[in-house]
Formats: sequence, C-alpha cells, structure tokens
Amino acid sequence: MTDELRYVYAVCRPPAAPLHADLTGVAGAPPRQLVHEGLVAVVSPVPERDFAHEPLRAHLEDLDWLAETARAHQSVVSALTTVTCPLPLRLATVFRDDSGVRAMLEDESDRLRRILDRIDGHVEWGVKVWLGDSGDGDGGAEPPAARPRSTPESGRDYLRRRRAGNAAREESAARAEVFTRRLYGDLARYAADARLHPAQTGPLTEAGSGRNILNSAFLVPRARSEEFLELIGRAEGTQPGLRVEVTGPWAAYSFTDGPEATDGPEATSGPEAGETP
Amino acid sequence: MTTASRLPEPYPQQGGSNLADILERVLDKGIVIAGDIRINLLDIELLTIKLRLVVASVERAKEMGIDWWEDDPALSTGARRTEIARENEELRRRVEQLERRELELAEGGEATGDGGGESRARGARGARGERHDGRGERERDR
Repeated sequence: MTDELRYVYAVCRPPAAPLHADLTGVAGAPPRQLVHEGLVAVVSPVPERDFAHEPLRAHLEDLDWLAETARAHQSVVSALTTVTCPLPLRLATVFRDDSGVRAMLEDESDRLRRILDRIDGHVEWGVKVWLGDSGDGDGGAEPPAARPRSTPESGRDYLRRRRAGNAAREESAARAEVFTRRLYGDLARYAADARLHPAQTGPLTEAGSGRNILNSAFLVPRARSEEFLELIGRAEGTQPGLRVEVTGPWAAYSFTDGPEATDGPEATSGPEAGETP
Repeated sequence: MTTASRLPEPYPQQGGSNLADILERVLDKGIVIAGDIRINLLDIELLTIKLRLVVASVERAKEMGIDWWEDDPALSTGARRTEIARENEELRRRVEQLERRELELAEGGEATGDGGGESRARGARGARGERHDGRGERERDR
C-alpha cells in the first residue's frame, strides 16, 4: 500500500451518484469518492514508480504518456460531469495518501466551495472559429484562372494581381473579425461567463483546418445549453470561409479561477448574463 | 438537479475529443492545488508553451505516422545533443561537398563546370520543394 499514491481528478459536492463501474482512471484503477466534511474528492491509486516527483517529471515530457494520462483524466471528469458539476483539478495533482487528500479538502475548503457554488448547474462549451478551411483565406483569394499559363504576365499585371489578392484577403479577414466579435459577444451575453483562450496553432493544423481565429469557452446553465447551441447553429454558415467548431459539454475547466479573477479585458463583455447566482 | 440526459448531443462526446482540446484543458485550465508531489510549475508551464506550438498537430501527425516530437530538440533534452551533433556533421559534410565542387570547377574549366553545377543545384532545390515538412528532409538526409 505504501507504494501507492493518490491521484485527484476533481472535487464535487456529495452525494455524487455512483460512477460507472467499469470506469478506469489514469493508472487503470477505478476512481472512488473520498468524502470529507461536505466535499468529495474523486481519487484513484497510482503507482509511486510513475507518479513520484522524478518519474512524473520525466513522464510529462513524454507526449505519448501525457496524451494517455490526459485522456484518462478527462474521461473520469467527463463521467462525473454527467452526474454532477465537478470542479476539475489540473492534471497530475497527486497526494501521498487519503489523509493528504482530506487535509487538502480542509485547507482549500473555502476556495473550493466558492467555485463549486459558482459553477453549480453549469457546463462548459468550447467554441472555436476557423478561417479558410479550404485554402479560402490563404492562397485561394486570388483566382487561379486569372493568369493563362501560356502568356507570361507583365510586372504590372503581377503587382495588380497581388494587390487584388491582398485586398481580398484583408477584406475576408476583416469580415471574419466582425463575425467573430459578434459571435463571441452574443454567446457571452447568453452565457453565465466567458473566457477567451489563445488561438490553437500548429504547423500541421494550419494545413488542414485553416487558421484558428477564435478559441473561447462559455459557462452555460445546463438547462440553457440547447438554446445556446441553437444560437451557434444560427450563426454557423452565415459567413462563407469560416467554420464554427463546438466542443463539449465539458466540466467547467476554464472557470476554476474563481469569481474574483474575472477582470480580464473580455470577461466584462457578458455582464447581462442571465442566471448568474 | 437537471440531468445530463437532457443535454443535446449533436457533437462528438469526450471520447472522440481532439487531443489538443483535452490537453489545453487538463494542462492549462482546471484548478491548481498543491499536492504532496510537487512538480515545479515552471516546468509544466514551459511544457505547455511548447505544446501550444505543436499540440494541435499531434493527433494529425500520429495519423500520418509522424513522430517528430521524439527527436524535436524543443521537446526532449536528450534529443538536443544528438540534434546538434547531427547538424554539425551535416554542415561539415556540406562544406566538404562545396569545397570539392569548387575544386572540380577550378580544374574542369569554367564554362562546362558552371552549367553542370547550376543544374545540379536546381535539381536539389526542386526535390526539396516537394517535401512537406522539415521531418521529411531530415529523414532523407539521415
């Protein structure tokens, strides 16, 4: 028993419904609920050889291990999300034993309760906007037929064509920005809270899915999720060349910083939020 | 309590979620609580920043059978040394090649030598243009 540590996935309020029997956690063991003074920590045993300080550090640099662990972490949190509104912990929050977890629940009690109150009854939806799915935003702005191959174009023609291409690109970028701002604003007004995340970038992504021009998260009351998605559905497709991607429902990962930390530049854009507690 | 069964599910559930979205959340979001096993936060932040650059592409890369991060110097310290050694060796080899070519040109007369050299150079450039990424190039050179 001494070679096992405790991995904590999330904290929630009791009584959380029992988790699915064949749910497995990061090291393959099923997660269980550890109750302490009105708070539940969802934990599973993990081997010290993988989760003690040194091996854990090494593992975190191993993308395969990281991906597998991240998926397992998320699958437990996701299972919890179907029965309650859990407060997800960051990956690899590990304690020596149950008493360490209990001490944490006690020490952090105020903060945990405050955030749990705030996210109660809510889920998180991720909304991303991609520009130029099919090369629309990149090279596609200049019509390929404009230059017959046989006749070499003059320098002036070339410059003119480039200017036209640039203008078209700028225009589509401007339109994309207007669309994105409006979408974010509309959704933020509807949601209880909103966060802007840095755009997702990556050499291979850009080739396939276009350029990520909006990466955002919304805290939405469960009961209003359907309408929230309808709102996105209506906006979707109104702007050619833009693709709206929705992910979720997630646990409120992006809203664990507590109500006092919402002074970001964009967080204020949703002041009319309907059902904020 | 409103149950999850009321939720619409027009989008793929978490199981099919993009790895980039999952990593973004579990590494970068979620409440930070100091556990007994303390990983230097700076390390994780560095990792996260590195992942920002590559994460979105990991899944696609895997689909394509590419595992470039394994010897990406930015992602593995072990690879950094071999990377530099390899680069050094390659540079040495190129310098040798260039020196040899220069020697040939000087010996073989200017007119013919020039033409041959240029077409060779162009051939190499063309081949490189066809490759999609740095990895392909490295692989080929190895």
